[in-house]
Amino acid sequence: MLEVRDLSVSFGAVQALRSVSFDAEPGAVTAVLGANGAGKTTLLRTISGLVKPHEGSVSFDGDPLVGRNVESVARMGVSHVPEGRGVIEEMTVEENLRLATLWCLRKKDRQAAIVETLDLFPRLQNFRRRQASTLSGGERQMLVLGRALISRPRLLLLDEPSLGLAPLVTAQLMALIRDQTEGTDLTVVLVEQNARSALSVSHHAVILNLGQVVVSDPAATVAADDALRHHYLGF
Amino acid sequence: MSLFFDYSLDGIANGMVYATLALALVLIYRATKIINFAQGAAGMLTTFIAFSLLSRGMGYWWAFLLVLIIGFAIGAACERILIRPLHGRSELNPVIVTIGLLVVFEGLAGAIYGNASRGFPAAFSQSGLRVGGTTIAFSHFDVFILIAVLALMAGTLVLFRYTALGLRMRATAFSREIARLLGVRVGLLLTLGWGLAGIAGSLAGLLAAPTSSFGPYYMDLVLVYGFTAAVIGGLESPVGALVGGLITGLCISYVGGYLGSGLEPLGALALLMVALMARPEGIFARPPARRV
Repeated sequence: MLEVRDLSVSFGAVQALRSVSFDAEPGAVTAVLGANGAGKTTLLRTISGLVKPHEGSVSFDGDPLVGRNVESVARMGVSHVPEGRGVIEEMTVEENLRLATLWCLRKKDRQAAIVETLDLFPRLQNFRRRQASTLSGGERQMLVLGRALISRPRLLLLDEPSLGLAPLVTAQLMALIRDQTEGTDLTVVLVEQNARSALSVSHHAVILNLGQVVVSDPAATVAADDALRHHYLGF
Repeated sequence: MSLFFDYSLDGIANGMVYATLALALVLIYRATKIINFAQGAAGMLTTFIAFSLLSRGMGYWWAFLLVLIIGFAIGAACERILIRPLHGRSELNPVIVTIGLLVVFEGLAGAIYGNASRGFPAAFSQSGLRVGGTTIAFSHFDVFILIAVLALMAGTLVLFRYTALGLRMRATAFSREIARLLGVRVGLLLTLGWGLAGIAGSLAGLLAAPTSSFGPYYMDLVLVYGFTAAVIGGLESPVGALVGGLITGLCISYVGGYLGSGLEPLGALALLMVALMARPEGIFARPPARRV
C-alpha cells in the first residue's frame, strides 16, 4: 500500500502541494484528478524521488520513499511513466524495453520478458528494431507502458497516459491498465486530465485543487456526484 | 602524384590521432553536453607519466597499459570531484572548470618536467615502410597507430551497441531522467563515461608524442584538430569522430604539404568554418527528433 502523508512541495514562492495525504491500495487503480496546475504531476514526481518535498512522508509497503534517490526508488519496484511519453527516441523499441529489465532480470530471462511484453502490444511487434522516434503517439504510449510493466513493478505511476491520444486508443489503454491491476497486487496511481475515462477504470479517486486534496472518495461516488464533477472536473 | 600519396598517408596517420581525441570529446559531450577543453592536456600529463616510467626502466607496453588506466582514473576523478558538484547550474560553469584544468595540467607538467620539448620514444620504427622498392610515408609506428585507434573505435562501438553497460551509457547520455526512472545508476555511468574519455585522451597523447615536439603544450594543437574533427562528425557520434578525424588529418596534411606547415592551424580553422557553414549539425548528427 502506498501511503502519502502531509506532503508539501514548493518551487520558490509557489507552493505546488499543501499537506497532501491519501492511500492507494494494491490491486486497484487510484485516480488523481484535477485541473491544470493542481499539482498532479508534482505529486507523482515527488513519489518517485524526482522532486524533494519540504515536508511530509511517502511510504510504500512500510518502506519510506522520501530521501532515496530516483534510481533506488525505481529499484524498489516503482515504475513512473512521466508525462509526454518518455521513450528514448534514439533507441529501438527493443532497446527501450531491455533497458528496463537490466536491474531486475537475469540475462537469460530478459529476452523472454521482452517477447511477453510485446505480446501485450501486438502493434509494437513489427517495430522491434525500429527507432522509437519513428513511432506514433499511441505506439509510444504503448511502449512506455510496456517498458513500465516489464520490470513487474509493485507500484505504477502513470502521468496523463491519454494525452493526445484518440478516444479509441485511450479506451484500449485504460482497459489494459485495469486488466493489469485487477486480481494482482499491483498498486496504480493514475494522473489524468481526462477524468471521465480515468474514473471508468479507477476504484478510488483523489481530486486535487491548487495543491490540496479536496475529495478522496470511491471512484463510483465521484462519478455519481454531479455537483462535484461540474465543479472540479468540468464534465 | 607521389607527393600527394605521401601527404595522404601522413594525413591518415595524424587523422587517426585526431579521431582518438575527438572520440574522447564526443564521449563526454554527448553524456554531459560539456566540451572538455582539458582533454588534450590530461593526455599530455599521462604521457609525461609514461615518460617518467620509461626513463625509470619500465617496459614500453607496461607503461602504455598503466598510463591508459591512469587516464581512466584522472577522467573519472575529474567528473566526480569537479564536474558533478556543478550539475544544475549554468552550462558555462563546467566548461570554465575544464579550461582551468587545462591551465593547471600544463602548469603542473611545466613545473615538474620543465618547458623544454624533448623526444618521446615510439613503440615501433618511425622510418617509412618499403613497398615494392620505394619508401612510403607510412611507418611501422603509423601502422600501430592505425590498429590501436581502429581497435579503440571497434571496442567503443561494441560496447555501445551490444552490451548492457553500453545500453545504460546511451540511456544516460540521451535521456538522463528516464534512465534514472528505469533504475539506471546514472551517476556511476557518468563517471565511467569520463573515465573512458580519459583512456581515449591518454591514447591520443601517447600516439601523438613521438611525432610532436613533446613538452607541456604539444597536445594543444591536437586538441584544436580533435575538436575540429569532433564538430565535423557532429559531436555526438563515435563514427563521426573517426570520419571527422580522417577529414581533418587529410586537410591539414595537404595544407601543410602544399602551402607550408605554418598554415596548418589556419587550415583547421578554415575547415571548421566550412564544415559549420555547410552542415552546422555535423555529418553524423542524428536527425532532429520528431515531436508527436
